Amino acid sequence: MAKIEDRAGTRPSPGLNDDIGEETRLRLYRVQFEIRESEQRAYDLFLQNLVKGTSHLSLGQEAVAAGFAVAMQPGDLSFCTYRGHAHTLARGVPVEKVLGELMQRDNGLMRGKGGSMHLTSVEHGVMGSYAIIGAHLPIACGAAWRAQFRGDDDVTVCFFGDGTTNIGAFHEALNFAVVWKLPVIFVCENNLYMEYTPIGSVTAVEHPAAGRAAAYGLDSIIVDGQDADEVYRTALKAYDKARSGGGPSLIECKTYRYSGHSRADPAKYRPEGELDKWKQRDPIVIYRERLKQFGVSESVIGGIEADVRREIDEATENCKAAPPPPLEIMTTDVYADGGWAWRN
Amino acid sequence: MAELTYRDAVTRGIAQEMERDPCVVFLGEDVAAAGGVFKSTVGLLEQFGPIRVRDTPISEQAILGAAMGAAMTGLKPIAEIMFSDFFAVCFDYIANEFSKSRYMSNGQVKCPLVVRTGNGAGSRFGAQHSQSVENWAMMIPGLKVVAPSTPRDVIGLMAAAVRDPDPVIFFEHKSLYPTKGEVPDGEIVDRLGTAKVVRPGRDATILALALMVPRALEAAETLKAQHGIDCEVIDVRSLVPLDTQTILGSVGRTHRLFTVEENPRLCGWGAELVSIVADEAFYDLDGPPVRITTPHIPLPAADILEDAVLPTPARIADRVRQSLNS
Repeated sequence: MAKIEDRAGTRPSPGLNDDIGEETRLRLYRVQFEIRESEQRAYDLFLQNLVKGTSHLSLGQEAVAAGFAVAMQPGDLSFCTYRGHAHTLARGVPVEKVLGELMQRDNGLMRGKGGSMHLTSVEHGVMGSYAIIGAHLPIACGAAWRAQFRGDDDVTVCFFGDGTTNIGAFHEALNFAVVWKLPVIFVCENNLYMEYTPIGSVTAVEHPAAGRAAAYGLDSIIVDGQDADEVYRTALKAYDKARSGGGPSLIECKTYRYSGHSRADPAKYRPEGELDKWKQRDPIVIYRERLKQFGVSESVIGGIEADVRREIDEATENCKAAPPPPLEIMTTDVYADGGWAWRN
Repeated sequence: MAELTYRDAVTRGIAQEMERDPCVVFLGEDVAAAGGVFKSTVGLLEQFGPIRVRDTPISEQAILGAAMGAAMTGLKPIAEIMFSDFFAVCFDYIANEFSKSRYMSNGQVKCPLVVRTGNGAGSRFGAQHSQSVENWAMMIPGLKVVAPSTPRDVIGLMAAAVRDPDPVIFFEHKSLYPTKGEVPDGEIVDRLGTAKVVRPGRDATILALALMVPRALEAAETLKAQHGIDCEVIDVRSLVPLDTQTILGSVGRTHRLFTVEENPRLCGWGAELVSIVADEAFYDLDGPPVRITTPHIPLPAADILEDAVLPTPARIADRVRQSLNS
């Protein structure tokens, strides 16, 4: 992989074949659009009582997931939170597998044993979605330690929300990763609210992640999380640093969630007009416009959108037709022998 | 055959597995350069180098989290939590993460790791450095839990734990570190899920774990010598998997059951074992099962108080004698 700095020198004036290029841009758009449509579908299915339990949507935050995932290589690892549908889809996990898990069907990613908050697809490098705030930052350190130990060249990317920056595991993991110089990238999706409470009202610094970076000897990196190109460029730079033995990065993405924290939250705590203001910087709209500015035809863009919509419609129908998981799997895979026996 | 301390057996057990498998790594606070605060890992850094034997910050969540991440991507970590009381500051990993990830991921994520920890009382350290917390681990589906009582078992069960594909919590008893025992030469590999009859007897079954095993044995010798009561002592060794067959078989022969637990009264492992025997061997029993535990209190620091709290050979012998005579 060429370094960003190398490319900068040869970058042409704005156009599809700049440092990012047409193929990658179309991929970035497709991933963002797929997340938008899938999350919207998940919400619709919830209203029909077909998605059960809870769900934490990433509507409005698509550019972060797309930018980091598209910049990854196969074999790179993602560690996500309970707000993990977007990051899971962005690594190429089929929509049907994700919706199936949300709908608690046998065709789901974990056949209904994990649920919305624990999406995992090891074959796609999605090493799990973690629902205890901060838990996965140290775990990501361990995965990166394995890469360092064995000389593997993959990087580990760990996503979390702004609220995570106030829990102990965040600080333990950052110190640990820096001291051991691990190839891990910590990505804070700062969507302004921890759950109901504005993050600024409970945090000692203005930027909950970037404002803590100096304490661990890391650069303070803030990126516009609504612009997939900026996210992608920042990701590449951090991955390159990690792969070349330069150690961890901490990146704070400024973004916004359009929906409440979870399905139970109507988000009435937001000041009037805030949502509308953010929607004017909608990542999908921004990126669609950019593609057009770069000369991508409406038919190409429309083709991607139609393709994604068809895929999600098919996935939805397949999930509706899929049976619930069989009761036999209730006791499987507690232990490595496949079962749950704790005694003889 | 050589005589070895329990402390040195820990080192030998870890070294045996690190020599065998280059994927075995070892991390914890003060475990490398200092050789462990209990001197139970002396020499491992020199033998295996700083890449495989690593000192960590005082960050118990980072220690267990890193062990988990390494385990799920292909290494076989042994992580030390210095005192088992500190499980309380990293319990998320034990209770929610590596114990459940295989199940929640429908078998995709595997966490073959060992958490070793100094457990138990006798050092006059007070209530936050002396507890027996094996019950904290026993109650969580997805974990395996062992607590050896002899140097030989330390090595054999360490090997079994490292080679096991599931997360194993390995409780070393701090008061046993200086004790000695015969250990055969060469590789020692034991099996998880196996209890051991360490003293056969006809009149009563005494179940014990870790430090309570030598105390139960001493009580049994006293009962035999002074009262003619012949007790069978079983070292439970492995709480999960649990060797219920050995226990039920013994109760079927002796018809009386006693448990000797270092933990406070409520929800001790003995309660679970008594319930299994009550369920499955009730009519084998000639009298009520008896649990001998510490009172349900935090552990005091002063030697005179701590000694009064823990089950002693004299207290065990008295309790067994009273019960059999009543």
